[in-house]
Amino acid sequence: MGIVYFSSVSENTHRFVEKLGLPAQRIPLRSKDEPLVVTDEYVLILPTYGGGTTQGGAVPKQVIRFLNDTRNRSLIRGVIAAGNTNFGEAFCLAGEIVAKKCDVPYLYRFELLGTDQDVIRVREGLAQFWLRRSQIPA
Amino acid sequence: MIDKLKLVSRVHAINWNRVEDDKDAEVWDRLVGNFWLPEKVPVSNDIPSWGTLTQEEKLLTMRVFTGLTLLDTIQGTVGAVSLIPDAITPHEEAVYTNIAFMESVHAKSYSSIFSTLCSTKEIDEAFRWSEENSNLQRKAEIVMNYYQGDDPLKRKIASTLLESFLFYSGFYLPMYWSSRAKLTNTADVIRLIIRDEAVHGYYIGYKFQKGLAKESQERRDELQAYTYELLMELYENEEQYTEDLYDGVGLTEDVKSFLRYNANKALMNLGYDALFTKDQTDVNPAILAALAPGGDENHDFFSGSGSSYVIGKAVTTQDDDWDF
Repeated sequence: MGIVYFSSVSENTHRFVEKLGLPAQRIPLRSKDEPLVVTDEYVLILPTYGGGTTQGGAVPKQVIRFLNDTRNRSLIRGVIAAGNTNFGEAFCLAGEIVAKKCDVPYLYRFELLGTDQDVIRVREGLAQFWLRRSQIPA
Repeated sequence: MIDKLKLVSRVHAINWNRVEDDKDAEVWDRLVGNFWLPEKVPVSNDIPSWGTLTQEEKLLTMRVFTGLTLLDTIQGTVGAVSLIPDAITPHEEAVYTNIAFMESVHAKSYSSIFSTLCSTKEIDEAFRWSEENSNLQRKAEIVMNYYQGDDPLKRKIASTLLESFLFYSGFYLPMYWSSRAKLTNTADVIRLIIRDEAVHGYYIGYKFQKGLAKESQERRDELQAYTYELLMELYENEEQYTEDLYDGVGLTEDVKSFLRYNANKALMNLGYDALFTKDQTDVNPAILAALAPGGDENHDFFSGSGSSYVIGKAVTTQDDDWDF
Protein backbone atom coordinates (compact mmCIF):
# COMPACT_ATOMS: atom_id res chain seq x y z
CA MET A 1 0.00 0.00 0.00
CA GLY A 2 1.53 3.27 -1.01
CA ILE A 3 1.68 6.14 -3.40
CA VAL A 4 3.12 6.25 -6.88
CA TYR A 5 3.37 9.69 -8.42
CA PHE A 6 4.67 11.58 -11.39
CA SER A 7 5.98 15.13 -11.28
CA SER A 8 7.71 17.05 -14.05
CA VAL A 9 10.71 19.30 -13.41
CA SER A 10 8.26 21.93 -12.16
CA GLU A 11 8.04 19.72 -9.03
CA ASN A 12 4.45 20.80 -8.30
CA THR A 13 3.08 17.31 -7.67
CA HIS A 14 6.28 16.36 -5.88
CA ARG A 15 5.68 19.15 -3.36
CA PHE A 16 2.17 17.93 -2.71
CA VAL A 17 3.39 14.37 -2.13
CA GLU A 18 6.15 15.65 0.12
CA LYS A 19 3.58 17.42 2.26
CA LEU A 20 1.57 14.22 2.61
CA GLY A 21 4.58 12.68 4.32
CA LEU A 22 3.60 9.17 3.22
CA PRO A 23 5.79 6.54 1.57
CA ALA A 24 5.86 7.28 -2.16
CA GLN A 25 7.65 6.16 -5.30
CA ARG A 26 8.26 8.52 -8.19
CA ILE A 27 7.85 7.55 -11.83
CA PRO A 28 11.12 8.50 -13.55
CA LEU A 29 11.15 11.57 -15.76
CA ARG A 30 13.47 10.42 -18.53
CA SER A 31 13.08 7.42 -20.78
CA LYS A 32 16.71 6.45 -20.26
CA ASP A 33 16.12 6.14 -16.49
CA GLU A 34 15.49 2.70 -15.00
CA PRO A 35 11.70 2.12 -15.28
CA LEU A 36 9.73 1.85 -12.06
CA VAL A 37 8.12 -1.53 -11.38
CA VAL A 38 5.95 -1.77 -8.29
CA THR A 39 5.22 -4.84 -6.21
CA ASP A 40 2.51 -3.52 -3.92
CA GLU A 41 -0.93 -1.89 -4.30
CA TYR A 42 -0.83 1.87 -4.78
CA VAL A 43 -2.77 5.04 -5.44
CA LEU A 44 -1.48 7.08 -8.38
CA ILE A 45 -1.08 10.85 -8.07
CA LEU A 46 -0.46 12.71 -11.32
CA PRO A 47 -0.70 16.18 -12.86
CA THR A 48 -2.82 16.91 -15.92
CA TYR A 49 -0.84 17.85 -19.00
CA GLY A 50 -1.84 19.38 -22.25
CA GLY A 51 -2.35 23.05 -21.38
CA GLY A 52 -6.10 22.95 -21.69
CA THR A 53 -6.59 20.76 -24.71
CA THR A 54 -9.01 17.85 -24.61
CA GLN A 55 -7.48 16.42 -27.79
CA GLY A 56 -5.05 14.08 -26.05
CA GLY A 57 -1.86 14.50 -24.12
CA ALA A 58 -3.53 15.00 -20.73
CA VAL A 59 -1.77 12.01 -19.19
CA PRO A 60 2.02 12.47 -19.14
CA LYS A 61 3.86 10.03 -21.43
CA GLN A 62 5.92 8.73 -18.53
CA VAL A 63 2.73 7.70 -16.72
CA ILE A 64 1.43 5.91 -19.81
CA ARG A 65 4.72 4.04 -20.07
CA PHE A 66 4.48 3.08 -16.40
CA LEU A 67 0.87 1.87 -16.72
CA ASN A 68 1.58 -0.01 -19.91
CA ASP A 69 3.55 -2.46 -17.78
CA THR A 70 0.95 -5.05 -16.74
CA ARG A 71 2.65 -5.58 -13.39
CA ASN A 72 2.12 -1.91 -12.55
CA ARG A 73 -1.35 -1.67 -14.01
CA SER A 74 -2.60 -4.63 -12.01
CA LEU A 75 -1.73 -2.96 -8.71
CA ILE A 76 -3.32 0.49 -9.15
CA ARG A 77 -6.24 0.96 -6.74
CA GLY A 78 -7.16 4.60 -7.18
CA VAL A 79 -6.13 7.86 -8.77
CA ILE A 80 -5.72 11.46 -7.59
CA ALA A 81 -5.14 14.22 -10.15
CA ALA A 82 -3.86 17.78 -10.08
CA GLY A 83 -4.99 20.46 -12.48
CA ASN A 84 -6.16 24.03 -12.91
CA THR A 85 -9.75 25.22 -13.43
CA ASN A 86 -8.33 27.76 -15.87
CA PHE A 87 -7.95 24.91 -18.33
CA GLY A 88 -11.74 24.62 -18.61
CA GLU A 89 -12.99 21.30 -19.90
CA ALA A 90 -9.54 19.78 -19.50
CA PHE A 91 -9.52 20.51 -15.74
CA CYS A 92 -7.95 17.47 -14.03
CA LEU A 93 -8.71 15.40 -17.11
CA ALA A 94 -5.77 13.05 -16.48
CA GLY A 95 -7.55 11.63 -13.42
CA GLU A 96 -10.71 10.85 -15.39
CA ILE A 97 -8.75 9.12 -18.16
CA VAL A 98 -6.71 6.94 -15.81
CA ALA A 99 -9.76 6.05 -13.66
CA LYS A 100 -11.65 4.97 -16.76
CA LYS A 101 -8.82 3.08 -18.43
CA CYS A 102 -7.83 1.23 -15.25
CA ASP A 103 -11.33 0.93 -13.82
CA VAL A 104 -10.38 2.37 -10.45
CA PRO A 105 -12.04 5.15 -8.41
CA TYR A 106 -11.05 8.76 -9.06
CA LEU A 107 -10.43 9.64 -5.43
CA TYR A 108 -9.66 13.32 -5.34
CA ARG A 109 -8.50 16.28 -7.33
CA PHE A 110 -6.67 19.43 -6.38
CA GLU A 111 -5.27 22.52 -8.04
CA LEU A 112 -1.54 23.13 -8.66
CA LEU A 113 0.42 22.38 -5.47
CA GLY A 114 -2.73 21.77 -3.43
CA THR A 115 -3.70 23.73 -0.33
CA ASP A 116 -3.18 22.67 3.28
CA GLN A 117 -6.82 21.51 3.32
CA ASP A 118 -6.15 19.28 0.32
CA VAL A 119 -3.16 17.73 2.07
CA ILE A 120 -5.23 16.97 5.18
CA ARG A 121 -8.15 15.55 3.16
CA VAL A 122 -5.92 13.27 1.10
CA ARG A 123 -3.90 12.10 4.09
CA GLU A 124 -7.04 11.20 6.05
CA GLY A 125 -8.82 9.87 3.00
CA LEU A 126 -5.99 7.56 2.02
CA ALA A 127 -5.73 6.17 5.55
CA GLN A 128 -9.45 5.31 5.47
CA PHE A 129 -9.22 4.01 1.94
CA TRP A 130 -6.49 1.49 2.76
CA LEU A 131 -8.18 0.53 6.01
CA ARG A 132 -11.45 -0.24 4.25
CA ARG A 133 -9.67 -2.18 1.57
CA SER A 134 -7.89 -4.28 4.16
CA GLN A 135 -11.28 -5.17 5.68
CA ILE A 136 -12.64 -6.55 2.42
CA PRO A 137 -12.34 -10.33 2.39
CA ALA A 138 -10.12 -11.47 -0.41
CA MET B 1 7.66 54.89 -19.80
CA ILE B 2 10.76 52.79 -19.67
CA ASP B 3 13.83 54.91 -20.28
CA LYS B 4 15.89 52.30 -21.94
CA LEU B 5 14.91 48.71 -22.30
CA LYS B 6 17.76 46.32 -21.72
CA LEU B 7 18.44 43.95 -24.58
CA VAL B 8 20.06 40.56 -24.60
CA SER B 9 23.79 41.29 -24.85
CA ARG B 10 24.71 38.47 -27.16
CA VAL B 11 22.49 36.32 -29.31
CA HIS B 12 23.29 32.79 -30.37
CA ALA B 13 21.52 31.19 -33.30
CA ILE B 14 18.80 29.20 -31.61
CA ASN B 15 19.14 25.45 -32.05
CA TRP B 16 15.86 23.69 -31.33
CA ASN B 17 17.60 20.37 -31.82
CA ARG B 18 19.55 20.93 -28.67
CA VAL B 19 17.11 21.98 -25.95
CA GLU B 20 18.63 22.38 -22.48
CA ASP B 21 15.37 22.68 -20.58
CA ASP B 22 12.61 20.39 -21.88
CA LYS B 23 10.03 22.73 -20.33
CA ASP B 24 10.90 25.34 -22.98
CA ALA B 25 10.01 23.01 -25.84
CA GLU B 26 6.98 21.64 -24.00
CA VAL B 27 5.55 25.09 -23.26
CA TRP B 28 6.34 26.35 -26.77
CA ASP B 29 4.36 23.42 -28.19
CA ARG B 30 1.45 24.04 -25.84
CA LEU B 31 1.31 27.73 -26.68
CA VAL B 32 1.50 27.11 -30.40
CA GLY B 33 -1.11 24.37 -30.10
CA ASN B 34 -3.41 26.73 -28.21
CA PHE B 35 -3.04 29.58 -30.72
CA TRP B 36 -6.28 31.35 -31.57
CA LEU B 37 -7.61 34.62 -32.94
CA PRO B 38 -10.70 36.53 -31.75
CA GLU B 39 -12.10 36.70 -35.27
CA LYS B 40 -12.80 32.95 -35.07
CA VAL B 41 -15.30 33.38 -32.25
CA PRO B 42 -18.79 34.51 -33.34
CA VAL B 43 -19.11 37.36 -30.84
CA SER B 44 -21.79 38.98 -33.02
CA ASN B 45 -24.16 36.26 -31.77
CA ASP B 46 -24.05 38.12 -28.45
CA ILE B 47 -25.69 41.28 -29.86
CA PRO B 48 -29.24 40.27 -28.76
CA SER B 49 -27.92 39.30 -25.34
CA TRP B 50 -26.03 42.59 -25.00
CA GLY B 51 -29.35 44.33 -25.60
CA THR B 52 -30.84 42.69 -22.50
CA LEU B 53 -28.24 44.26 -20.16
CA THR B 54 -29.13 47.41 -18.28
CA GLN B 55 -27.23 50.61 -18.97
CA GLU B 56 -25.31 50.13 -15.74
CA GLU B 57 -24.40 46.55 -16.61
CA LYS B 58 -23.20 47.59 -20.04
CA LEU B 59 -21.07 50.34 -18.55
CA LEU B 60 -19.57 47.91 -16.03
CA THR B 61 -18.76 45.39 -18.74
CA MET B 62 -17.03 47.97 -20.90
CA ARG B 63 -15.02 49.31 -17.99
CA VAL B 64 -13.93 45.82 -17.02
CA PHE B 65 -12.78 45.16 -20.57
CA THR B 66 -10.82 48.39 -20.88
CA GLY B 67 -9.06 47.50 -17.62
CA LEU B 68 -8.16 44.10 -19.02
CA THR B 69 -7.01 45.73 -22.24
CA LEU B 70 -4.60 47.90 -20.26
CA LEU B 71 -3.09 44.91 -18.44
CA ASP B 72 -2.70 42.90 -21.63
CA THR B 73 -1.08 45.86 -23.33
CA ILE B 74 1.43 46.19 -20.48
CA GLN B 75 2.19 42.50 -20.53
CA GLY B 76 2.55 42.43 -24.31
CA THR B 77 4.69 45.50 -24.84
CA VAL B 78 6.64 45.63 -21.57
CA GLY B 79 6.15 42.66 -19.26
CA ALA B 80 6.93 39.63 -21.39
CA VAL B 81 9.53 41.59 -23.37
CA SER B 82 11.34 42.66 -20.18
CA LEU B 83 11.84 39.01 -19.28
CA ILE B 84 13.78 38.24 -22.47
CA PRO B 85 17.17 39.65 -21.35
CA ASP B 86 16.95 37.57 -18.15
CA ALA B 87 16.32 34.32 -19.99
CA ILE B 88 18.65 31.45 -19.20
CA THR B 89 18.27 29.64 -22.52
CA PRO B 90 17.63 30.90 -26.08
CA HIS B 91 14.50 28.77 -26.12
CA GLU B 92 13.21 30.61 -23.10
CA GLU B 93 13.70 33.87 -25.02
CA ALA B 94 11.63 32.44 -27.87
CA VAL B 95 8.83 31.43 -25.50
CA TYR B 96 8.66 35.02 -24.17
CA THR B 97 8.28 36.37 -27.69
CA ASN B 98 5.34 34.01 -28.15
CA ILE B 99 3.84 35.16 -24.83
CA ALA B 100 4.31 38.82 -25.80
CA PHE B 101 2.55 38.33 -29.11
CA MET B 102 -0.37 36.46 -27.56
CA GLU B 103 -0.82 39.26 -25.02
CA SER B 104 -1.20 41.64 -27.95
CA VAL B 105 -3.78 39.28 -29.44
CA HIS B 106 -5.64 39.34 -26.11
CA ALA B 107 -5.54 43.13 -25.97
CA LYS B 108 -6.89 43.30 -29.51
CA SER B 109 -9.65 40.81 -28.78
CA TYR B 110 -11.32 43.26 -26.37
CA SER B 111 -11.44 45.83 -29.13
CA SER B 112 -12.98 43.24 -31.36
CA ILE B 113 -15.68 42.58 -28.73
CA PHE B 114 -16.26 46.32 -28.32
CA SER B 115 -16.58 47.02 -32.01
CA THR B 116 -19.15 44.24 -32.28
CA LEU B 117 -21.29 45.28 -29.32
CA CYS B 118 -20.85 49.01 -28.67
CA SER B 119 -20.89 52.41 -30.32
CA THR B 120 -17.68 54.38 -30.87
CA LYS B 121 -18.82 57.00 -28.39
CA GLU B 122 -19.37 54.39 -25.67
CA ILE B 123 -16.01 52.78 -26.40
CA ASP B 124 -14.19 56.10 -26.14
CA GLU B 125 -15.89 56.89 -22.87
CA ALA B 126 -14.94 53.54 -21.39
CA PHE B 127 -11.31 54.05 -22.39
CA ARG B 128 -11.40 57.50 -20.82
CA TRP B 129 -12.70 55.97 -17.59
CA SER B 130 -9.78 53.52 -17.58
CA GLU B 131 -7.34 56.43 -17.94
CA GLU B 132 -8.98 58.24 -15.04
CA ASN B 133 -9.63 55.44 -12.56
CA SER B 134 -6.93 55.83 -9.93
CA ASN B 135 -7.00 52.22 -8.73
CA LEU B 136 -6.61 50.84 -12.22
CA GLN B 137 -3.80 53.27 -12.94
CA ARG B 138 -2.14 52.41 -9.67
CA LYS B 139 -2.28 48.71 -10.49
CA ALA B 140 -0.53 49.45 -13.80
CA GLU B 141 1.98 51.70 -12.08
CA ILE B 142 2.95 49.12 -9.43
CA VAL B 143 3.60 46.45 -12.04
CA MET B 144 5.43 48.82 -14.41
CA ASN B 145 7.76 49.84 -11.60
CA TYR B 146 8.77 46.27 -10.97
CA TYR B 147 9.39 45.61 -14.63
CA GLN B 148 11.76 48.56 -14.66
CA GLY B 149 13.68 47.41 -11.59
CA ASP B 150 17.02 45.65 -11.89
CA ASP B 151 16.16 42.37 -10.21
CA PRO B 152 15.33 39.59 -12.71
CA LEU B 153 13.62 37.40 -10.11
CA LYS B 154 11.44 40.24 -8.86
CA ARG B 155 10.41 40.90 -12.45
CA LYS B 156 9.26 37.29 -12.71
CA ILE B 157 7.33 37.60 -9.46
CA ALA B 158 5.53 40.71 -10.73
CA SER B 159 4.86 39.05 -14.05
CA THR B 160 3.43 35.89 -12.51
CA LEU B 161 1.20 37.90 -10.20
CA LEU B 162 -0.05 39.86 -13.18
CA GLU B 163 -0.74 36.75 -15.27
CA SER B 164 -2.26 34.68 -12.48
CA PHE B 165 -3.89 37.22 -10.19
CA LEU B 166 -4.40 40.79 -11.46
CA PHE B 167 -6.60 39.84 -14.39
CA TYR B 168 -9.22 38.11 -12.29
CA SER B 169 -11.17 41.10 -10.99
CA GLY B 170 -11.97 41.52 -14.68
CA PHE B 171 -12.32 37.88 -15.73
CA TYR B 172 -14.99 37.42 -13.09
CA LEU B 173 -17.60 39.41 -15.00
CA PRO B 174 -17.74 37.49 -18.31
CA MET B 175 -17.85 34.26 -16.25
CA TYR B 176 -20.73 35.73 -14.29
CA TRP B 177 -22.61 36.66 -17.47
CA SER B 178 -21.91 33.24 -18.91
CA SER B 179 -23.34 31.56 -15.80
CA ARG B 180 -26.56 33.47 -16.49
CA ALA B 181 -26.48 32.46 -20.17
CA LYS B 182 -25.52 35.99 -21.26
CA LEU B 183 -22.71 37.06 -23.60
CA THR B 184 -21.70 33.42 -23.94
CA ASN B 185 -19.59 33.92 -27.07
CA THR B 186 -17.73 36.76 -25.41
CA ALA B 187 -17.12 34.37 -22.49
CA ASP B 188 -15.63 31.88 -24.96
CA VAL B 189 -13.07 34.50 -25.97
CA ILE B 190 -12.26 35.18 -22.32
CA ARG B 191 -11.87 31.46 -21.59
CA LEU B 192 -9.27 31.26 -24.35
CA ILE B 193 -7.44 34.18 -22.74
CA ILE B 194 -7.67 32.55 -19.30
CA ARG B 195 -6.22 29.33 -20.69
CA ASP B 196 -3.28 31.22 -22.19
CA GLU B 197 -2.63 33.19 -19.01
CA ALA B 198 -2.60 29.93 -17.05
CA VAL B 199 0.20 28.57 -19.23
CA HIS B 200 2.06 31.90 -19.03
CA GLY B 201 1.78 32.06 -15.23
CA TYR B 202 2.86 28.45 -14.90
CA TYR B 203 5.90 28.95 -17.14
CA ILE B 204 7.13 32.25 -15.71
CA GLY B 205 6.58 30.87 -12.19
CA TYR B 206 8.58 27.79 -13.12
CA LYS B 207 11.46 29.90 -14.46
CA PHE B 208 11.33 31.93 -11.24
CA GLN B 209 11.74 28.74 -9.22
CA LYS B 210 14.65 27.62 -11.40
CA GLY B 211 16.36 30.94 -10.74
CA LEU B 212 15.54 30.81 -7.05
CA ALA B 213 17.19 27.41 -6.66
CA LYS B 214 20.56 29.02 -7.43
CA GLU B 215 20.23 31.69 -4.74
CA SER B 216 21.47 31.72 -1.14
CA GLN B 217 19.06 30.93 1.68
CA GLU B 218 19.15 34.55 2.77
CA ARG B 219 18.15 35.78 -0.65
CA ARG B 220 15.44 33.12 -0.92
CA ASP B 221 13.97 34.29 2.36
CA GLU B 222 14.07 37.87 1.11
CA LEU B 223 12.29 36.98 -2.13
CA GLN B 224 9.63 34.98 -0.34
CA ALA B 225 8.88 37.85 2.04
CA TYR B 226 8.91 40.22 -0.92
CA THR B 227 6.40 38.08 -2.84
CA TYR B 228 3.86 38.04 -0.02
CA GLU B 229 4.32 41.79 0.53
CA LEU B 230 3.83 42.59 -3.13
CA LEU B 231 0.82 40.31 -3.28
CA MET B 232 -0.76 42.09 -0.31
CA GLU B 233 -0.02 45.50 -1.80
CA LEU B 234 -1.67 44.44 -5.04
CA TYR B 235 -4.51 42.71 -3.23
CA GLU B 236 -5.43 45.81 -1.25
CA ASN B 237 -5.49 47.80 -4.45
CA GLU B 238 -7.58 45.09 -6.13
CA GLU B 239 -10.12 45.34 -3.33
CA GLN B 240 -10.51 49.05 -4.00
CA TYR B 241 -10.67 48.54 -7.74
CA THR B 242 -13.28 45.81 -7.27
CA GLU B 243 -15.40 48.13 -5.13
CA ASP B 244 -15.17 50.88 -7.77
CA LEU B 245 -16.46 48.49 -10.38
CA TYR B 246 -18.87 46.14 -8.68
CA ASP B 247 -20.46 47.98 -5.74
CA GLY B 248 -23.18 49.30 -8.01
CA VAL B 249 -24.32 45.81 -9.02
CA GLY B 250 -23.82 44.25 -5.59
CA LEU B 251 -21.23 41.67 -6.64
CA THR B 252 -18.19 42.99 -4.75
CA GLU B 253 -17.93 40.26 -2.11
CA ASP B 254 -18.38 37.51 -4.66
CA VAL B 255 -15.58 38.99 -6.77
CA LYS B 256 -13.30 39.27 -3.75
CA SER B 257 -13.55 35.52 -3.01
CA PHE B 258 -12.58 34.91 -6.61
CA LEU B 259 -9.62 37.28 -6.22
CA ARG B 260 -8.33 35.45 -3.13
CA TYR B 261 -8.78 32.10 -4.83
CA ASN B 262 -6.64 33.29 -7.72
CA ALA B 263 -4.10 34.99 -5.44
CA ASN B 264 -3.50 31.56 -3.91
CA LYS B 265 -3.00 30.06 -7.34
CA ALA B 266 -0.56 32.80 -8.32
CA LEU B 267 1.49 32.04 -5.20
CA MET B 268 1.44 28.35 -6.06
CA ASN B 269 2.72 29.11 -9.56
CA LEU B 270 5.70 30.71 -7.84
CA GLY B 271 6.12 27.61 -5.67
CA TYR B 272 4.78 29.23 -2.51
CA ASP B 273 2.03 28.09 -0.19
CA ALA B 274 -1.47 29.50 -0.46
CA LEU B 275 -2.12 32.52 1.74
CA PHE B 276 -5.91 32.68 2.01
CA THR B 277 -7.93 30.01 3.81
CA LYS B 278 -10.66 27.82 2.38
CA ASP B 279 -13.40 30.05 3.82
CA GLN B 280 -11.85 33.12 2.26
CA THR B 281 -11.65 31.49 -1.15
CA ASP B 282 -15.10 29.99 -1.37
CA VAL B 283 -15.81 30.90 -4.98
CA ASN B 284 -19.41 31.03 -6.13
CA PRO B 285 -19.99 27.56 -7.67
CA ALA B 286 -21.66 29.12 -10.71
CA ILE B 287 -18.44 30.99 -11.49
CA LEU B 288 -16.32 27.86 -11.12
CA ALA B 289 -18.69 25.96 -13.37
CA ALA B 290 -18.48 28.75 -15.96
CA LEU B 291 -14.70 28.44 -15.82
CA ALA B 292 -14.52 24.65 -15.96
CA PRO B 293 -17.57 22.45 -16.54
CA GLY B 294 -17.88 20.36 -13.38
CA GLY B 295 -15.35 22.63 -11.66
CA ASP B 296 -18.00 23.39 -9.03
CA GLU B 297 -18.44 19.75 -8.05
CA ASN B 298 -16.79 18.68 -4.88
CA HIS B 299 -14.79 15.80 -6.23
CA ASP B 300 -13.97 14.02 -3.03
CA PHE B 301 -14.49 10.28 -3.18
CA PHE B 302 -13.09 9.99 0.32
CA SER B 303 -16.18 11.73 1.71
CA GLY B 304 -18.45 9.07 0.23
CA SER B 305 -20.34 7.03 2.78
CA GLY B 306 -19.53 3.36 3.26
CA SER B 307 -22.60 2.18 1.39
CA SER B 308 -21.76 4.06 -1.78
CA TYR B 309 -18.26 2.79 -1.65
CA VAL B 310 -17.07 1.33 -4.92
CA ILE B 311 -14.04 -0.84 -5.29
CA GLY B 312 -12.33 -0.96 -8.64
CA LYS B 313 -12.31 -4.32 -10.25
CA ALA B 314 -9.10 -6.06 -11.25
CA VAL B 315 -7.59 -4.25 -14.18
CA THR B 316 -8.93 -5.41 -17.50
CA THR B 317 -7.26 -3.08 -19.99
CA GLN B 318 -4.80 -4.21 -22.59
CA ASP B 319 -1.80 -2.27 -23.74
CA ASP B 320 -3.40 -1.35 -27.02
CA ASP B 321 -6.38 0.17 -25.18
CA TRP B 322 -4.16 3.08 -24.25
CA ASP B 323 -5.24 5.38 -26.96
CA PHE B 324 -4.04 8.77 -25.85
